[in-house]
Amino acid sequence: MNCRELTEFLMAYLDGELPDDTRSSFEFHLHGCQSCVNYLESYRATLKLGRAACADDGSLPSDVPEALVQAILAACKKEARS
Amino acid sequence: MSEARAAFAMPAEDAALLAELRAGDGAAYERWVRASAPRVLSVVRRLLRNEQDAQEVAQEAFLSAFRGLASFDGSARLSTWLHRIAVNAALMRLRTRRRHPEEPIEDLLPRFQADGNHEHAPSAWAAQSERAVASAEVRKAVRAAIDELPDMYRDVLLLRDIEELTTEEAASALGITIAALKTRLHRARLMLRERLDDLMNELEGAPE
Repeated sequence: MNCRELTEFLMAYLDGELPDDTRSSFEFHLHGCQSCVNYLESYRATLKLGRAACADDGSLPSDVPEALVQAILAACKKEARS
Repeated sequence: MSEARAAFAMPAEDAALLAELRAGDGAAYERWVRASAPRVLSVVRRLLRNEQDAQEVAQEAFLSAFRGLASFDGSARLSTWLHRIAVNAALMRLRTRRRHPEEPIEDLLPRFQADGNHEHAPSAWAAQSERAVASAEVRKAVRAAIDELPDMYRDVLLLRDIEELTTEEAASALGITIAALKTRLHRARLMLRERLDDLMNELEGAPE
């Protein structure tokens, strides 16, 4: 297995979905390749950063338009009457 | 499933609110809408990237929730249930949009030499990534990087990694096979990693 192939298998490896023989080849390459160790860690960090970046505390809008709130309330009132 | 049989025990404040909502308490409903609208709007804005669509879909989501209150089985928190309704409403809207043809993505993926080795040796992010998570500026840059992914990859990444739909749910929502979903998700993560690499390398050189 080379670096390109290892990169293709990263997600399946982290999800525990690689067949035994492929996982062995993956880990054998990983043990001898610092570039791929770094890449694997950065792939994991990418997921963590994505989640942190989109967590509510970072992106909750304080600008919900009052017109939208009123439209939602009006639509539900209309629904309740029908 | 009845509320009593649900594996999830609904918190008392949710149960009280649900009872008020089901009883048609207008003031309780307004409180709920005002408290929940920021999260709903945030989710649909992220998925739709169009303010008019986002506001219309937020309204549709609340209306769907209102209609579903009677049959809500209490198997999740009210906020989680509403979040899922909002995601589904946004997906319905995404499906109706005319999609752009698939863009070439080779330039967005990692590069390798002819022998399969990395073209540029990847650097270790370990030290920077902890600092990066804590930085509001970096989180904003990461959101921008996600936004800039090609639509079909961005949608999959948001549904699986951010909204945490299961593989099966995301594939079904997007009308693609599980295998196609996994391929797209992996490519989306690789593209995002490439985009973040410069940012992380800049952090490495920056003073703490």
